Amino acid sequence: MSFVRSIAAEFRKVLTTRMWWLLALVLVAYVAVMSGGFGAFLGWTVQNPDAAAQAGGSTAMPPGMELAPLLYSFASSVGYVFPVLLGALAVTGEFRHRTLTATFLAEPHRATVLGGKFTSQLVMGAVLGVIGFATSVGAGAAALAAFDLETGLDSSDTWALVGRGILAMALWGAIGVGLGALVPNQVAAIVIVIAFTQFVEPILRLAASLNDVTAEIGRYLPGAASDALVGASFYSVAGMGAVETLEWWQGGLVLLGIAVVATVLGGLTTWRRDVS
Amino acid sequence: MADGIPIEISGLTKRFGQVTAVDDLSFTVEPGRVTGFLGPNGAGKTTTLRALLGLVRPTAGTATFGGTRYRDLPRPLETVGAALDAAFHPGRTARDHLRVVASAGGIRSARVPDVLAQVGLSQFADRRAGGFSLGMRQRLALATTLLGDPRVLVLDEPINGLDPEGIKWIRGFLRSLAREGRTVLVSSHLLSEVQQSVDEVVIISRGRLVKSGSLASLELEVAPRTVVDSPHRLRLAAALDQAGLDYTEGPEGMIVDEPDPGVVGHAAFVGGVELSSLHRLASGLEDSFLALVGEGEE
Repeated sequence: MSFVRSIAAEFRKVLTTRMWWLLALVLVAYVAVMSGGFGAFLGWTVQNPDAAAQAGGSTAMPPGMELAPLLYSFASSVGYVFPVLLGALAVTGEFRHRTLTATFLAEPHRATVLGGKFTSQLVMGAVLGVIGFATSVGAGAAALAAFDLETGLDSSDTWALVGRGILAMALWGAIGVGLGALVPNQVAAIVIVIAFTQFVEPILRLAASLNDVTAEIGRYLPGAASDALVGASFYSVAGMGAVETLEWWQGGLVLLGIAVVATVLGGLTTWRRDVS
Repeated sequence: MADGIPIEISGLTKRFGQVTAVDDLSFTVEPGRVTGFLGPNGAGKTTTLRALLGLVRPTAGTATFGGTRYRDLPRPLETVGAALDAAFHPGRTARDHLRVVASAGGIRSARVPDVLAQVGLSQFADRRAGGFSLGMRQRLALATTLLGDPRVLVLDEPINGLDPEGIKWIRGFLRSLAREGRTVLVSSHLLSEVQQSVDEVVIISRGRLVKSGSLASLELEVAPRTVVDSPHRLRLAAALDQAGLDYTEGPEGMIVDEPDPGVVGHAAFVGGVELSSLHRLASGLEDSFLALVGEGEE
């Protein structure tokens, strides 16, 4: 009962401040540009292979390459940073604004509060996922259709990908909660999210793919696991497709594992500290 | 109102590393009265309250509401209303803040407009707390404590930041809450701030209890003295010495450790000293308070 109350309170916290829709807005803009822009560019190269080659192009697509999954998966392959941020802010904001006191007065069982945040951010991640995939499918399919290319909208594979992508976004929201619990300093948490997702992990994935042994480990990097779960990604096309990715369910388990382990560790350390 | 619930602090100790913030503290706060929890800044008041509310883990001892720890209360907000630091998310409105707390505490959100009205914040209900003055934040914190209609109120420095009108209002408000049989504990570092609204005092210094009792009993802590002055202070001093009276010199004359002005007047008469004033100095509460707190600091 108190767990249900805690989840309700956490939803209220998110929905009564502006952060969630600001992040949703940036997500939409980012994904629309990537999916629509990249879709238009690829559509043009497919239709004009000669011109593309003249323009300096090794950009010609491999034969049989499906563009639709690639474009649609932008929602999670570049958008996953948004649920992580929202999840992390749900925890760090309590420290930053010193609202933990009021939170723990209303629900003195701290594990219940953290569980409420975990659950509510899973849902918020899924909501961002729905928004992100609506954008990527909308913009990507429009771009493909403009060049008379296959949109894949009539294929169940496409919608399975969208479903797995929404699941990935949900898990990223929970990972954000774990990160926030481990690193309660808001600025530090944001810097870690941005640096890791935009810089450290892409480099690690690239570096890991150069060698068979490290490639084996690189598959378990969170971004790689996420792409495996979704089933397609810009990264796996951009030269990193040589290594076999995890199965989609393995990728999901890796993300879930990271979320749970980080949240439990945070819950046993910073979350248990005296609030003074 | 159902039975009152006392606050019971027993052997409470809290150490932060090498620093002992609260040292074997024991006292009881009774229902139906307003109790002032007093002590200078850094005396351990806030740490004691945070330990009572389960926010700080005590090193030793217990702090309970009628024998039940805060975290073991089935619905804590319906038993205890606590305001500690009047901190709110700056982007959330007063109404939304109260709704969040209500949903976490299992309280009907219909209470929200009621408590806003009770503290006089109705017209600011839909403003973001980030724009609130300290006085308005204090009111919102107080509104939060009232959500569950609790039988115990624990307020840390609630008067801090209020304007004179607000101070007058909160004094009457605390009294009316106690009259309804509630237990009201109000901390302050200034006795003068709360002396008009409290019945009982608990005074701590350096984490230790120095006094617990009625406000009236505090007045008796320091014996009354006599103030005497003369155009010829040196001769007055000689006469007091002659009579064997202890005194200190102040701006208004000699302050003599003797409750009876007659004795002092007689000493002056015997010494043939002309007096310009002679009266009894009622010991102020503040004097008593400072004397007690000073003892603790030694």
